Amino acid sequence: MIDIAWDNFTPWSALFGGMIIGISAAAFILLNGRIAGISGILGGLLTPRKTDILWRVAFLAGIIGAPAIWLLAADLPAIEINASLPMIILAGLLVGVGTRYGSGCTSGHGVCGLSRLSPRSLVATLAFMATGFITVYLIRHVAGV
Amino acid sequence: MKYTLASFASGLIFGIGLLVSGMSNPEKVLGFLDIAGLWDPSLAFVMGGAIVVGLFAFAFARRRTLSFLGYHMKLPAGDRVDKRLVIGSLLFGAGWGLAGFCPGPGLVALGAGEAKAAVFVISMIAGMAVFELLEKARARA
Repeated sequence: MIDIAWDNFTPWSALFGGMIIGISAAAFILLNGRIAGISGILGGLLTPRKTDILWRVAFLAGIIGAPAIWLLAADLPAIEINASLPMIILAGLLVGVGTRYGSGCTSGHGVCGLSRLSPRSLVATLAFMATGFITVYLIRHVAGV
Repeated sequence: MKYTLASFASGLIFGIGLLVSGMSNPEKVLGFLDIAGLWDPSLAFVMGGAIVVGLFAFAFARRRTLSFLGYHMKLPAGDRVDKRLVIGSLLFGAGWGLAGFCPGPGLVALGAGEAKAAVFVISMIAGMAVFELLEKARARA
């Protein structure tokens, strides 16, 4: 049986925030003709072509700058990072290598790809969800960290 | 200039969406991935909300060759499911489950001044650099 964490479950802000993410992906494809895939936008900067740098940096500046803009209106929501430093480093390395081999992450495959009804993105999303669930299971319920 | 501004705006809206949805908080993401513990289904609602909007946008985009600003539509052409896609995504998911960070939330948390998020982002870029090196080695072989 699945126990729902009713105290943490935030369906409305999740749905609303998700729609804002959808609007961002919609704006990017309809204005610039591009997929809003964060790992691809960042990773493309490692093998830069001249015409390719500015828009990537601009997109990343937008996402990194979001908390600063948010702070003009309200306090930031909580950001709790409980993983240890070695875990964070390993996590970053895996996310970096994995998203580049897999050609996308939660945004490119999970949001844009599923919205395009792409079978490739469905497979990718099921794959990263599966190891995400398994990893958390192993850490919390087998290793007991 | 238009292109750069639209990119900045899209990134900004994306980041705001992550903050509103709660997904900039790794602990909340892990609450979704912890299906055997107390499960927080919020992340599924985030994806649902994003996809509902995305379905319309991409259905519309597919019928156009140029964007509203006059740029070529760069929709992914391939639909081949291969080993690289699957193995890469499996590795990504493992990293996601370790810390609760995927690339977008990592960048937002970095922007919020979280030191651990900076470590995550630097490690992620290092991982991407490893990928590029492996690709270069493969191209030479």
